[in-house]
Amino acid sequence: MALAKFTSSSRSNLLKPLTTVFSTSDSFRRPISTSTDPLTIETSVPFTSHKCEPPSRSVETTPQELISFFKDMAMMRRMEIAADSLYKAKLIRGFCHLYDGQEAVAVGMEAAITKKDSIITAYRDHCTFVGRGGTLLEVFAELMGRQAGCSKGKGGSMHFYKKEAGFYGGHGIVGAQVPLGCGLAFAQKYSKDETVTFALYGDGAANQGQLFEALNISALWDLPVILVCENNHYGMGTAEWRAAKSPAYYKRGDYVPGLKVDGMDALAVKQACKFAKEHVLRNGPIILEMDTYRYHGHSMSDPGSTYRTRDEISGVRQERDPIERIRKVILAYDLATEKELKDFEKEIRKEVDQAIAQAKESPMPEPSELFTNVYVKGLGTEAFGADRKEVRAVLP
Amino acid sequence: MASCLRRYGRRLSVSICEKRELSTACEGQIILQQHQQLQQTAKSMNLCSAINQALHLALETDPRSYVFGEDVSFGGVFRCTTGLTERFGKNRVFNTPLCEQGIVGFGIGLAAMGNRAIAEIQFADYIYPAFDQIVNEAAKFRYRSGNQYDCGGLTIRAPYGAVGHGGHYHSQSPEAFFCHVPGIKVVIPRSPLQAKGLLLSCIRDPNPVVFFEPKWLYRLAVEEVPEHDYMLPLSEAEVIREGSDITLVGWGAQLSVMEQACTDAEKDGISCELIDLKTLIPWDRETVEASVRKTGRLLISHEAPVTGGFGAEISASIVERCFLRLEAPIARVCGLDTPFPLVFEPFYMPTKNKILDAIKSTVNY
Repeated sequence: MALAKFTSSSRSNLLKPLTTVFSTSDSFRRPISTSTDPLTIETSVPFTSHKCEPPSRSVETTPQELISFFKDMAMMRRMEIAADSLYKAKLIRGFCHLYDGQEAVAVGMEAAITKKDSIITAYRDHCTFVGRGGTLLEVFAELMGRQAGCSKGKGGSMHFYKKEAGFYGGHGIVGAQVPLGCGLAFAQKYSKDETVTFALYGDGAANQGQLFEALNISALWDLPVILVCENNHYGMGTAEWRAAKSPAYYKRGDYVPGLKVDGMDALAVKQACKFAKEHVLRNGPIILEMDTYRYHGHSMSDPGSTYRTRDEISGVRQERDPIERIRKVILAYDLATEKELKDFEKEIRKEVDQAIAQAKESPMPEPSELFTNVYVKGLGTEAFGADRKEVRAVLP
Repeated sequence: MASCLRRYGRRLSVSICEKRELSTACEGQIILQQHQQLQQTAKSMNLCSAINQALHLALETDPRSYVFGEDVSFGGVFRCTTGLTERFGKNRVFNTPLCEQGIVGFGIGLAAMGNRAIAEIQFADYIYPAFDQIVNEAAKFRYRSGNQYDCGGLTIRAPYGAVGHGGHYHSQSPEAFFCHVPGIKVVIPRSPLQAKGLLLSCIRDPNPVVFFEPKWLYRLAVEEVPEHDYMLPLSEAEVIREGSDITLVGWGAQLSVMEQACTDAEKDGISCELIDLKTLIPWDRETVEASVRKTGRLLISHEAPVTGGFGAEISASIVERCFLRLEAPIARVCGLDTPFPLVFEPFYMPTKNKILDAIKSTVNY
């Protein structure tokens, strides 16, 4: 049967074991885990490239960076799990898509770029927002529709934005954000400030026609845009091979070069993003396919277990988890003890709980906010209420 | 809400029998037979199951019918297509990639070869990428080919409307956009019994149809639905509550809200006539006109924003036809002119009390 065939073949694809990153090191004890001495670590698997020379597997990093990877990803993980509980407690309404499992993409990407570069993504945006410097309070307040939220409580889960950090959000329609990313990149190219745009989309969105339109115009005009396909292998409930003739998304640009990256390895993501940024500034667009995995279902209404096996999920957790990978690297290089890492996690748990408590304190937006931001202020357009005679207001 | 829908149900099962000949052509449907069977084998079910049953019947009765869309072979996000793949196989019920424009375009081609293409757009909010295909390809195919080709077998199903917490992209009511397009039909059912009969009519209608399903009612609305194959006529409105002071016109999930307002108005001595439009284009002007001639007042309610909503078209037509008979300006109680909000949904919605207020101010004008 097709499904059985799929699960057996996908297991072998999805479960690439942690490679021998640890054996290469000459282990020595570092007393301070915040050292910035350079450290070179090999990526788990080699990059696979399409029409370009892949970057080296040896990634330059520092103990400080590894510790921050661990902390950031652990915080994202905890945050998403807390969001899950809040949703089930009906404190979060609307649609909510969780990122746990994919944290390495958000974290690795941030490590390679600056806040002057832009990121635009779809609706699975909580962790990308945190990566851009968003706070836990802003996240939880927005999720619960409170004033302290990053979109003043008016957006909700799918609509996080952070203008000062070049985070263009938070888009609800599958694939719609990618052409926008080309527009951002065009503006960047025009301003000649050597910045780039990362336009993120999923393997589901990869089959949208808009994506190919975006590819063509970005290649035609040599735009500094990196199309990042976060391939978590399921477009909603449909496995990639059921939806895509060629699930090699990094090759789907044809004339646009591409690179396949282990999206569960923050260091590989960092290396790829660094490479991609340099590439697009010189040569125009590139596709980065991040091979990743989401532990939760597509959204909160999807248990995530009808179209894949529990074994597959637990297998990925055991073999490829991005946080566990970094934990093992840290321990292998003796940058921190197991207890110190556990303590970090405890601290994070506390921070998350505090942020939730604080977010709950934040008031709901003023009802008048319903009418704001529809048009620019002072345009004089009227909004009509229940009855044109009784309720009418000039939009503020 | 469910109880008042159930009440419609009883009234309906009687009224169906009185219906005239079906306006929608379909091979092998004998209405007499339907009448006899009608009340023998009815089963209580929700709107989702009624849709599911209609799809089963559509696939069963026509071997050249197909169901496709995002995740439909697993049952769809709302479980409306449950069991179809198991029964009819993956060659007739299949998942598509996430590409709405492709789904509809594909459906048009499939229908142009004489098949019945039943496409699902997962949420009406996602129909916009397919807008071009619907407006420029589907609606005009017959006209511009001088009737050589058509895609009459195409039916596009899409859940629409608020669910209480859907936010910006899972709550919209885009029906008015499609009502501006001659060449397609737009149909919205209000209850399980209606949904089954209307969906079968849409599937078998020789014109492309956009069928919006009120997703709020998928589980909430339960009524007795006949088990057998039956169709309800398109482009025929139905008076579901008779009254003499004011006519209320609506469709889909909004009707149950309006029904509650009618009940409350009755306590204040106002007798409301409630009409379910069912088919938005081409719509049944005669039934609405006849009612307004009787009551002299009209109120229209829908969830979509008031400006440019389909209520505007009804209002204009009725003023043209009944200008001298109207005793008050036509009232429209609709969504506000803002994007569909997340936390402000209760303010945005045309709720019972808003309708009740408008009924009173119209009657006391």
